[in-house]
Parts: sequence; C-alpha cells; structure tokens
Amino acid sequence: MGQRVAIVGTGQTHHRSSRKDVNGVELIQEATSRALEDAGLRREDIDAVVIGNMDHFEGINYVDMWSIDGNGGLHKPVMKVTTGGTTGTTVAIAGYYHVASGLFDTVLAIGWEKNSESDTTAAIITCADPYWERPTFGGAVAGLATAACEYMHRYGITERDAALVAVRDRKNAIKNPYAHLRKQITVEEVLGSPILAYPIKLLDICPRTDGACAVIFASEDKAKKIADKPAWVHQVSSRHNYTFLTDIERSGRMPTLYEACMEVYKNAGIRDPLHELDVIEMYTPSSFAGLVWIDALGVCDEGEAVKLVSDGATEMGGELPINPSGGVISTNCIGATGLIRVAEAAMQVSGRAGEHQIEGAKLALATGFGGCSWSDVLLIGSAKPN
Amino acid sequence: MERVAIIGIGQTKYEREKRGETFADLVFEVVTKALNDAKIGIEDIDNVVTVSNDFWDGRTISSMAVTEACGSYGKNVSTVEGDGTFGAFYGLMRILSGSFRSTLVVSHCKGSEGSNHLITNAIFNPIYERAIGLDSISSSALQARRYMEKYGITEEQCALASVKNHKNAKDNPFSQIAMDICVEDVMNSKALSDPIKLLDSSPISDGACAIILADERMAKRVTTRPVWVKGVSHSADAYNLGDRDLAEPDALIRAAQKVYDMAGIQEPLREIDVAEIYDAFSYQELLWSEGLGFCERGKGGRLIESGKTTKEGMLPINPSGGVLSAHPVLVAGLARIAEITIQLRGEGNGRQVDGAKIGLAHGINGACGQAHCVWILES
Repeated sequence: MGQRVAIVGTGQTHHRSSRKDVNGVELIQEATSRALEDAGLRREDIDAVVIGNMDHFEGINYVDMWSIDGNGGLHKPVMKVTTGGTTGTTVAIAGYYHVASGLFDTVLAIGWEKNSESDTTAAIITCADPYWERPTFGGAVAGLATAACEYMHRYGITERDAALVAVRDRKNAIKNPYAHLRKQITVEEVLGSPILAYPIKLLDICPRTDGACAVIFASEDKAKKIADKPAWVHQVSSRHNYTFLTDIERSGRMPTLYEACMEVYKNAGIRDPLHELDVIEMYTPSSFAGLVWIDALGVCDEGEAVKLVSDGATEMGGELPINPSGGVISTNCIGATGLIRVAEAAMQVSGRAGEHQIEGAKLALATGFGGCSWSDVLLIGSAKPN
Repeated sequence: MERVAIIGIGQTKYEREKRGETFADLVFEVVTKALNDAKIGIEDIDNVVTVSNDFWDGRTISSMAVTEACGSYGKNVSTVEGDGTFGAFYGLMRILSGSFRSTLVVSHCKGSEGSNHLITNAIFNPIYERAIGLDSISSSALQARRYMEKYGITEEQCALASVKNHKNAKDNPFSQIAMDICVEDVMNSKALSDPIKLLDSSPISDGACAIILADERMAKRVTTRPVWVKGVSHSADAYNLGDRDLAEPDALIRAAQKVYDMAGIQEPLREIDVAEIYDAFSYQELLWSEGLGFCERGKGGRLIESGKTTKEGMLPINPSGGVLSAHPVLVAGLARIAEITIQLRGEGNGRQVDGAKIGLAHGINGACGQAHCVWILES
C-alpha cells in the first residue's frame, strides 16, 4: 500500500424521488458543499475531483465537464469514472488511489443521479449485448428476478424470508434524515405489493431516486489536521468479471462479491469477519440479493444467511448490523448509491452517524454492486491502518 | 514521483468503418498486441483500466462489452470515461499507490456506429445550447474564429497543419487518412462550419489502443526498452463556452506548467524532441502549441510556417499524422502516448524522429479543449 488515506468529510442531499427544484449541477453542488462544510474545507483546498454517474439516465455526455460549476473542479484535475451500479464505489476507489498515489493530498469524490429525468429501465436495458441479450434481459429487474428464483430453488428460501430484509432496511431508514423512503413497512405489505417480475415485488426492490453524495479523501498529514476522527481506508477491491449476463457463475456464493471480500480480508488480516466487522453498508438491489449475498461477505456458511437475518443478527442492535442507513432499498440515486455506502461506513467508524449510529463501530465494510454482477468492496476503520 | 514505465503498446489500424469487428474484437486485438510487445502474459497484469463512453458506444455501462476481451477476469479493474490520456493517468496512480505493479490501459471507440453530431451535441447544455445545434465541429469553429480574430491567425496557416500531418501519416501504418495535399486543397475543400473545412477536420474513425504501465522493478525485469513517465498533469476549464476566452487555452497552460515542473523542463521547444498533440482540427495544433509553450501566445501560425514542427524540424509535432489522420475518440489520446513510446524506442521507421529522447503526449476532454492532459515521457 502507498500513502495512508482517510475520509475526512461526507455530504449528501436529502434524497427524493424527484428534485424538480434543482438541476443536476445544483444537486451535485448541494452534496459537495455539505462535504466541504463537514470537513471544514473550502473549494480551493481541494486538489482534484473524481465524479461518476450513468450517462444514459440524464442524457448528458461528458458529465465531468458539464458539472464543473457544481463539482468545484475549475482549474483542477477532474476525472470521470463509471461502471454502472458500482459507479459510486468505483468513484470512492478512484478517490482513494488519487491520494494513495502521492500526487494529491485532498480529493473530492462525487456520485450522483437524477433518475427522475430518465427512463431507468430503458437506459439499463442497453447494457446488455445488443444481439444476444437485449431482447431477453430487460433492465435491472429481469436479471435480479432470475437470480432470486435460483436462490429460492437452491437454498429453499421463501419470499417471506426475503421480505425481512426490506422491512429491516426500511425501518432503519426512518432514523436517517437523508434517506428517500422513510416509512415503516411490514412483511405482509411486501408480500402483497405488486409483482414486477416473479418473485420480485415492488417493495422488494430499490426505488429510483434523485440524489448526490460527496466524500473527501485526504492524505495522512492532511487528514490529521482536517478531522478529529478520520475514517481510514484500510482496503479496496473490485471484481468486474462478466460481459454476458448468461456468463454469471451461478454456483456457490455470489462470486465477485466473495472474491473481492476475500481479497480485502486477506490483505487486512481479517479472519473472522462476523465478529471483527462492526457494521456493513451493503449494496442490496433487491431483498433477495440482500439476503443471499450475505454469505458472500464471508460472515456465515453458504446458504446460512437467512438464519442471520431471521435471528436479528443484522438488525441495529444485532451481532453485525447491516444497512443502518436504510440501504439501497430505501434510497437509490444510482451513481451515488455505492458512494453513500462508503460515506455511511465512514460516518459509522467516525461516530458521526447520528440517530442510526452503531455504538462503538470501529470497522465497517461498504460494498457496491452493478454492471454484470460486478462488485466493489471497501474496508473503512477508525484505527490507522498498518 | 516514483519511476513508472510504459513497457508495452498495441494499436489497431484506424479505419473509417470496421464493420467486421465488435468492441471486444478491437480490445482483444490491442491487448494481445501490447502483451506480445511487452513479452509478458495476461497473468503478469495485476490490474486493468478500461476507457469507454456510453454515448459513443450506444450502450449503458459501455465497459461491460470488453471485460472479457481486456483480460480483467479476477483482477482489480476500473473504467474511466474520457480521453485515453486520462485513463492512463488513473492507471499510473494505481501503480504509484504501491498496490499494483502493472496496469493495462485499453480504450476503444467506433465512430462509425453513431452520429457524431448527436453524440457531441449531448455535451452541451440541454436547455440553452443543444437546440441551436452546437456539436464538436460548430463549437470548434467558434473557437477557431475567435483564435484567428484575436491573434490574426489565417486559414492558410491552419491549413499547414493539415498538409503536414496528412503527409506524415503516409509513414504510419496505423493511420487512416494519409495523403499529399497542399494548402490550396485544404482551402478549396468543402466548408463544414466556417472557418473549418473538410480537410481542416479529423475523420470519423474506428479503432483501439492499449498500453501497459509497470513499476520500475517490473519494467527493468521484463524489458530492455522501457519508456519512463517523467511527468503528467491534467486540468479543466469552465464549461460554458461563454465563460472562457476560447482563444486562451488556460487549462492547457496550467497542465503544461505543472508537467514541465515535474519533468524539469524549462524551454519546451528546445528540450522536447517530439510531440504528439490532439489536433482534432487543424487550428488546434497551432493553438495547443501555444498552450504548451512551444511558442508565444498568438504565434502558433508563425511556428508552423517556420517549419520547426516538421519531422526534420526542431520540435516535430505529430510525425504519426496526428488526430487529423485518425480520430477514434477516447482512443486518440492513448494513441498519442503509444506513438511517443514508439518514437522514444527508436522504432518509428519512416516516421522516426532522429535521436528522440524526450517526448510529449497530449489529450483533450470536452468541448473546445475544456480539459487537457499532458504527459512527458523519456527513453
């Protein structure tokens, strides 16, 4: 590893289904201003900017250039990274490497999306190969529904088991002032909600949200001066293994998430993640994924995730709380979603998560999901890494 | 900055339409070439940066099309959406972080599969600018006109860049448009958007390029002809065209100053042996030459008239034929790095600049060079 890197400020918009009062640049500006305020920095203190979203949602080409007024990158190095749903974590990882390289001391990473301006499914459909897969895998729901059917078959889980994840996350969201959907739901309501693609129902899946998130990464020297409790980046990893949706390996644990987690644990010396991790902000595109993928985090045996969830281990007061922020099922401004996981993980280990704080959280995992069953993982801790 | 080298490169031939090849085919071709060039296998690559753009590819998550072809399975990987010089910059940072030894950077684009007008129109403000039809050509025409008006640059001076670069392209086996033309031919070519004419403009191109960056230890182990990164910097200017004086490439001036500081260069015209710069239009070679400090402000026309930038001159610019001779968007900046690598290895054959030891590669992002990325490389 190169220079030590810490997160010294985070900012989010109040996420909503439609922010008609602002345009995209203004939305970005809201999040960046809050991150700067959080860190006690000014725009001129930022050395470089990394930004990401998914082009086809807003129909803006060269977003990094278009958003200069809101991203604060005038006369600075500005870079755009984008990898689909993993964009937010990809932005965070790029922010990390900017600082770890030693070329920059203070870097602003921004993820955003204004989904109200898009036809989300129409845009997502075009990620599939135009000849082989576009006619069959229509948008995000179809692929997730296919996977959910397979999980039900393979592990014997029920729609009711999965609904518990949605109920948990929506309950947690009530305590997060930035979350989009902040209303308690019940298992019965999930089961009774309209079917989108069997077995996924409306309340099993993430919403489409307008929102932005900004995270400030700083070198060790700067971090100590800027923040009382910097959140240190211990490890980052990404696996974007597949091109075709039909190539996704459907045996064993969710492969890219498992590989990325194992790399992170190995490099961080973590042997017992269930007990060593204090909190996880997990990118859960659907309740079924949020349930089954827990085993890919290495915190239980394969197929045992349902037990962790039904026993309450992933609740706020449980052994390993997952998504105290309310997660993706409560808020999904796609290009920002992964970065919100990182911001929330940083807030937890800095003890600054407010009402949804996990007491004494020292080590947090943030995950991103997107593309063709791709994963990014970041490990964030309150202690300076070795 | 620790020492990082370019140890392998690969380019496709650039063509108007590669109808028989998919994005993955193009990427696989150049990745294979780069690995062979470096004499290493894909198992020696520990991380990958792909470069693509969803608008140009007509595909959301455009990098999804090439994950297999770039060999990133089971590796750390990311995707930059912008010119290839920016993707290479991210690849460099990942090595400097100490986390990786070798980054494969690969960029692809097929201009033939989309509408340049619609795709570049989408760069502009959706409310105020798109409806008037601004695109890469018409916005550049505004910049060319402003530059000519402010500094008395003539259309004939701009045409000299087209004449020189299309001639240079004859010695580059990868180039798309190679020909002997004269200033009159350029002046008489069809007007696209005044003052830009057809032969002032780069073509629509399909192609891909890959480079492999490695840390010093690996570079010294695997190759006898490393090309070292001496400095790199990028900078962005204001978005609205009206917020900039288009005759003043401020972002380029900033990026160049930084990179010259990093590389210890005081007199770029004398100290740099060869430059590959992003001449999407003929006027850009003149204007970017000024931004890069090869001449004083407003003297870009005189510089090209002086002959100093021909292949035999004091500072040959675009001996490959430049972007005017092949313009796969996003790829073009990475191709500039690949061409400088060829020059500094002394492998340029007909386009070789004698004794080239220090080279400059340049890429741009956004409309009218809103952002610039500058690399200084050394043999």
